[in-house]
Amino acid sequence: MSSIPMRYSEILVVGAGPAGLAAATAAASAGAQVTVLDDNPGCGGQIWRSGVASANIAQDPAREATIRGFRDSKTSLLAGRRVIDSGPSQTLRTYVEETGVIETFTWDRLILATGARERFLPFPGWTLPGVFGAGGLQALVKGGYSVAGKRIVVAGTGPLLLAVAAHLQEDGAEIVAVAEQAGLSSMLRFATKLLSHPAKLMQGARYRATLNRVPYRTGCWPVVAEGSAKLAGVRLTNGTHTWTELCDLLACGFHLVPNTEFAVLLGCKLKDDYVAVDPTQKTSVENVYCVGEPTGIAGLDAALVQGEIAGLAAAKRETQAQALFKRRDRERAFGKGLDRAFALRPELRTLAQPNTIVCRCEDVRYAQLQSQPSWTDAKLQTRCGMGPCQGRICGPAVQTLFGWQNTSIRPPIFPIPLSALISAPTSSEITQLQETL
Amino acid sequence: MPRDSSPTDRIRIWLNGTSIEVSEGVMASAAFLAAEVPCRVSVTGESRTALCGMGICLECRATVDGIPHRRTCQLPCRDGMRLETQS
Repeated sequence: MSSIPMRYSEILVVGAGPAGLAAATAAASAGAQVTVLDDNPGCGGQIWRSGVASANIAQDPAREATIRGFRDSKTSLLAGRRVIDSGPSQTLRTYVEETGVIETFTWDRLILATGARERFLPFPGWTLPGVFGAGGLQALVKGGYSVAGKRIVVAGTGPLLLAVAAHLQEDGAEIVAVAEQAGLSSMLRFATKLLSHPAKLMQGARYRATLNRVPYRTGCWPVVAEGSAKLAGVRLTNGTHTWTELCDLLACGFHLVPNTEFAVLLGCKLKDDYVAVDPTQKTSVENVYCVGEPTGIAGLDAALVQGEIAGLAAAKRETQAQALFKRRDRERAFGKGLDRAFALRPELRTLAQPNTIVCRCEDVRYAQLQSQPSWTDAKLQTRCGMGPCQGRICGPAVQTLFGWQNTSIRPPIFPIPLSALISAPTSSEITQLQETL
Repeated sequence: MPRDSSPTDRIRIWLNGTSIEVSEGVMASAAFLAAEVPCRVSVTGESRTALCGMGICLECRATVDGIPHRRTCQLPCRDGMRLETQS
């Protein structure tokens, strides 16, 4: 029993992206004892994922300030830990892939900062080597994949596309085109809204200036990724004309979807696919807060201020937290503007052909799904969503294609080896251990 | 400035039995991509490489030092590491 690893934190934060770091720093500066868990090898989340040689990243002042604040707060960061389930009475378990060990954590207050992932929509050829997520390719470049000299088409939707294209170009890639499915009028409306967020407008303008020789096509989307063994080109359309851009790589993502799996497992209520929170970022579950993208896709500034509010509130500094509500609400309004500006056009639901793979884990094709009445039937009859990603990629796709909702989240929320589960402590052992704490 | 122009230590790893040199700290997924070698072969025989780059899609899983299902986009290369396409 004494060998079972079990750690207590007054405040436990899941996720070390901007929202989680801001929450941890605020809580720690209010005197709370805080621990932060993250799946990635280091802190920063996806937007501040550090690179092999971080030439460009060092110039990001918000990142530098937030990470410095976090380090100065002396909060402990436990990286390389993936949350797999929740146990009895305010415990959760993580799996450390490096060692194969399952650890148990217990908390008084829990802050979920689990971020978002890209939305992928199936179209012919999207499983070819050479096709990546947009943020996905950027992350892989930060992980040391060189795109120097590669011809790249960036396609899909969302503000991420421009940022990714600009960074890939800085890394030596030739950006052939940026294809944004949202129409010009909706983009212009969004740009007008940005006048009240001048910093964001400036950032967009900087990316656009970096890409001044690259065609940025609004109202334009990919229909086929062409190639046999690997990608050779992308067929794009604007609804009237269809043409092929030859390229080596396609970076394609359709905005973001929230990572709400752990919140749902804990019993947190959702509203419109997002974790419902009160003004202090508290969820429907006692002592559980949620910050950043799982509460609504609104970007970096929203994540930082929400994190700070939850960190202060969890450390019983509600009055200080209240001073930040106005700024948070402004950022949330920006997020709603994003949702409207980059809403998916209906044509995107018609890209998959009968033999197009929808579920990449189980290679389930569109034709197999068409006759299914629901997500549950699709899972039972075709194994769609039953593979290692547990429906994280095909779930949002079938929601867009067929309107199916992913209803069942069951532990473990990520696949782990049976050997690790077997050697981990049981619930009754955890309860006994808690009593001795 | 391309990131690979920065001076970094070089290490040797094995990729499907071939010895290759990579910069220390490079993710295993990047080694597969640079060599144009698939991380895994899908249930119907398609070659797959990393998609999401952040450990969610599991398309980048491969056999690492004999252990299958390792997510190579979250795994930095270490000297002597053995990477194999998982089928």
